[in-house]
Amino acid sequence: MEWVNAIIQGILLGGLYALFAAGLSLIFGVMRLVNVAHGDLIVMAAFLALVVTQTLGIHPLATLMIVIPVMAGIGYALQRGILNRTLGDDILPPLLVTFGLSVILQNGLLEIFSADNQKMNAGAIEIMSIPVADKINIGVMPLIVFGVAVAVIAGLQWVFYRTALGRAFRATSDNQSIAQLMGLNNKHIFGLAMALALVVVALAGVFLGVRTSFDPSVGPGRLIFGFEAVIIGGLGNLWGTLIGGIILGVSQNIGAQINPGWQLLAGHISFLVVLAFRPRGLFPRIEG
Amino acid sequence: MSDAPLLETHNLISWYGDFQALFGIDFHVMPGEVVAVIGANGAGKSTLINSIAGLLPGEAGSVRFAGQSIGDWPAHRIAYLGITIVPEGRQLFPSLSTEENLIIGGQTARPGPWNLAAVYDLFPVLAERRHQPSTSLSGGQQQMVAIGRALMSNPDIILFDEISLGLAPIIINDIYAALPRIIGEGMSAVIVEQDISRALKVSDRACCLQEGRVSLEGISAELSRDAVNQAYFGI
Repeated sequence: MEWVNAIIQGILLGGLYALFAAGLSLIFGVMRLVNVAHGDLIVMAAFLALVVTQTLGIHPLATLMIVIPVMAGIGYALQRGILNRTLGDDILPPLLVTFGLSVILQNGLLEIFSADNQKMNAGAIEIMSIPVADKINIGVMPLIVFGVAVAVIAGLQWVFYRTALGRAFRATSDNQSIAQLMGLNNKHIFGLAMALALVVVALAGVFLGVRTSFDPSVGPGRLIFGFEAVIIGGLGNLWGTLIGGIILGVSQNIGAQINPGWQLLAGHISFLVVLAFRPRGLFPRIEG
Repeated sequence: MSDAPLLETHNLISWYGDFQALFGIDFHVMPGEVVAVIGANGAGKSTLINSIAGLLPGEAGSVRFAGQSIGDWPAHRIAYLGITIVPEGRQLFPSLSTEENLIIGGQTARPGPWNLAAVYDLFPVLAERRHQPSTSLSGGQQQMVAIGRALMSNPDIILFDEISLGLAPIIINDIYAALPRIIGEGMSAVIVEQDISRALKVSDRACCLQEGRVSLEGISAELSRDAVNQAYFGI
């Protein structure tokens, strides 16, 4: 029963990892940009939610009404102001610039909030759970996070394949020059893609802040989980990213079940196994 | 035809990095006119097209469209003016279906006779393949999509860059057979073509480029074969 429980909790944890990963996957898919500061942006969103909940005295989940639009605005400005200038044939400049951004964000947050552990208190919902069997309880909060992750992936999938915006994303991703000849401003399209990615980052940040304690240094760790989920699932496949997150979450919980010290190790090992045997991930996008 | 050119370039200069591709091109297209641009490989034909469309940076006054200086405008802004391209090698969007490729051509939402139904009427085979990936089409069908995509913007002028390159002769005939219906509605066109005799046949006027300069210009029907040969090869 303990093992079944570990797997169930791992699946739910995978939802959070999928949220870490979805924004990363989206911007890589649209503009071939690897955002090294992605984890730090998640942590920034968590701190933003912390400030909002402290100043306005509202429930952590209610802060999303503010954190989501603010992060989307930051995303658009960041893309138009800085990241668009780094994009080109060379993949190194965006890596270096987002790495620099990561350092700036970590130290900026450290300066403002100190290195103390923070956590947002979501109240009764944090300890509520649904008993499903003997010794197995599903927490309401992890279930909400998982449900949101599935909804986010489904929503992104819908945007990509059913809307004019998604068509513009795909066309710009395919061929920037020709897309411009169609009247698409690629700089604006990329700005919108980053804004959308940071909407997901806002969700990930708030759930991170409710679920676990955080401090300015935890961003790179979230980035690694995000990367691993994307690679396990297969680049450019959003549903694959969700499954990648779940595999990572389940591996970590199984590792922890064997020995509490093996939690992270088990996750990394499952990632390496996938990378060794399926370098393009489990569900790579079929190239046309 | 009115007196003022729809599109004109004045002393148009273009660079690819350190390599100068165009050395002061003076070129114009009257409303409703079809102009052929001919020239050997590397003469600057595609560079001219890309400069007009805004894909290559230039001086403001070097390209004028309907009286407006657009030489320094970005491509996505020029698209809204009604200048469109059928690019060399077709360059469809592989992630988009046939129909999505056409729809995105109408992104600028300019008013006019062309819409999905009109394009399917022109190229019925595309209607059958509307939901297929654009990559699954044959070369000729892809060229039809590229032409349809350009028409969807209801352009005032359409720039065809090497429409027959890489296509079977029978397909090329089909495409040229459809050409009068495409540009018959008072639209202007620039046709870049390797096949000189075909280019001269379908155009009102022709312009020959040689090493980034205009080497010959005139009414297509009046150009002698010798003059064209000399302008083309520089011999």
